[in-house]
Amino acid sequence: MRLDKLGVAIALIAGYAVAAAPFATFRANRIVAGEPQTLLAALPSWAGPTLLAVIAAAVLIGLFRTPSTLRLAASFAALAALLLLIGTAADHLTPPGNTYARVSPASGFWLLLFAFALLAADALTRLRPTPPFRILVLVLAGAFLGFVLFTGSWDKLSILKEYSARADSFWAEASKHVTLALGSLAAAVIVGIPLGVLCHRVQKLRAVVLNVLNIVQTIPSIALFGILIAPLGWIAAHVPGAAEIGIKGIGMAPAFVALFLYSLLPVVANTVVGLAGVPPQANDAARGVGMTEWQRLFRVEFPLAFPVILTGVRIVLVQNIGLATIAALIGGGGFGVFVFQGIGQTAMDLVLLGAVPTVLLAFAAAIILDAAVELSSPFHSRTSA
Amino acid sequence: MKLRLPTILRIGILALLIVFLLRPDWFEPIFRPLTQNNAPVIYNQGSLLTLTLLHLRTVAIATAGATIVAVALAILVTRPFGAEFLPLSRSLVNIGQTFPPVAVLALAVPAVGFGEKPTLIALFLYGLLPIFENSLTGLTTLPPTVTDAARGVGMTGWQRLVKVELPLAMPIILAGIRLSVTINLATATIGSTVAAKTLGEVIIAGLQSNNLSFVLQGGLIVGVLAVMIYDGLSAMERFISRRMGLLQQS
Repeated sequence: MRLDKLGVAIALIAGYAVAAAPFATFRANRIVAGEPQTLLAALPSWAGPTLLAVIAAAVLIGLFRTPSTLRLAASFAALAALLLLIGTAADHLTPPGNTYARVSPASGFWLLLFAFALLAADALTRLRPTPPFRILVLVLAGAFLGFVLFTGSWDKLSILKEYSARADSFWAEASKHVTLALGSLAAAVIVGIPLGVLCHRVQKLRAVVLNVLNIVQTIPSIALFGILIAPLGWIAAHVPGAAEIGIKGIGMAPAFVALFLYSLLPVVANTVVGLAGVPPQANDAARGVGMTEWQRLFRVEFPLAFPVILTGVRIVLVQNIGLATIAALIGGGGFGVFVFQGIGQTAMDLVLLGAVPTVLLAFAAAIILDAAVELSSPFHSRTSA
Repeated sequence: MKLRLPTILRIGILALLIVFLLRPDWFEPIFRPLTQNNAPVIYNQGSLLTLTLLHLRTVAIATAGATIVAVALAILVTRPFGAEFLPLSRSLVNIGQTFPPVAVLALAVPAVGFGEKPTLIALFLYGLLPIFENSLTGLTTLPPTVTDAARGVGMTGWQRLVKVELPLAMPIILAGIRLSVTINLATATIGSTVAAKTLGEVIIAGLQSNNLSFVLQGGLIVGVLAVMIYDGLSAMERFISRRMGLLQQS
């Protein structure tokens, strides 16, 4: 059998991770430096060899040219074994009754996770999965994650200890994060699509609007958030009723406005591009059968431009989920609160508590909207996997 | 060359920025209304000029590194040797771009500690993606007639790459670098949350002491820098594509 080049790379990464990198870190308390533990030392005596066997099998399957379905199954099995067994490391390393000790995954674990995620991504790309299949994989992965969290096998890991110390505020910040990302997206769609239609119809407006929005995009997020404090503070102080509906110089209002401004460009630009791509024959036919301008817009132009507009929405949503973390710097809440608190306290598990949900959220949003874009485009044409 | 309004505007803004960086105290009356209780008006915990230069240096180092690695990787996966990696590298770019810059930055801290290093790593990794994506697009969408002609006149693989493929892909690669620089100028500000010396320091100092004047100063400098660099690189791209267009016609 012939060797697979990616498989060789994965074997090298996995080999290094198992042989030379620590699998888990044990710390006597939350912020002291940790003691690295190797894979076999970190796991209970039954789990270490089991995990090694699963890893070896998956690496072997990856190393040779094997069918993509087999590679996918092997990488998922290795990922599942890693995620399930890291929990037992926490049980194994924490002395009984000690509540200060912290166990967290170390570089070896993250490298192994990365290596098999690569293998899975490669196999999935080669299989060219249909949109429903991709959603199914996402749902299954989510269910697996939910199962692991629900059974409590990660409860002794440091990141979940950080979570249990602030479970209430976690969900409050989560809902703020989602509200910021989705709310500003909704506002951008409501304003951006009509603006895009206007730009499509009025040539002169197009250059001006797109140039202004382009400049807004180049302003760094933290600066825009900060700059908006001034006008919103002024509105709150001088416009009657504004402060009552929650407009303030700091907090969610400037974050919301900043995200809204960032969201406008992709929505407007994609609406313009989508409408410009409607074949002239379709418009002529619509005029020929006597449709009014409104009918033509809603029955012909919008349906044909929809996939492109949806692509704009996908860009905005993924971008907003990431940018909403910055809102924490101006008191706007969101997962960024944990990231910046964690940086401030040099408590990296707290950073992870903020960063991991953000990444997962952005990732899930990208998969779902990519699938929606593909399903909505009539030809199912895909240029990139 | 005739000076048109946009050119004059650009020179004016640049001059204003330079004067502000050298003599920030001249602008005190403008920022005065933004402060309360006799708080300092102009950023006083360091020189704005030094911070600006450090900010630009960080972005320049990270982008230069990202450009070299991204273009090299794109060349690798478009050669027969690395063709196996092409589909995966496309997916990886898609996945990588869903990672928020803050998360990349925060996750680099445990690996290398606080200061400039995590910022450089985050900027490098985040800057890779747009350049790699564009290099890949540039190298894979060349007109087949051109590459066939290059093969026909007996060019070796290396000659085709250096004399035909890279020059033709250059405008798209440059667009990727421009995107990457713009993102990195912004992300570098966030670097100050992990104690890197960038203009973010000014903004964060302002946010912490509730001093709008600081926030505005930091924000305006970064904003103007970003817009002007974006603008300058766009002009360079237009210049190069124009030259390429002329070369193709002759």
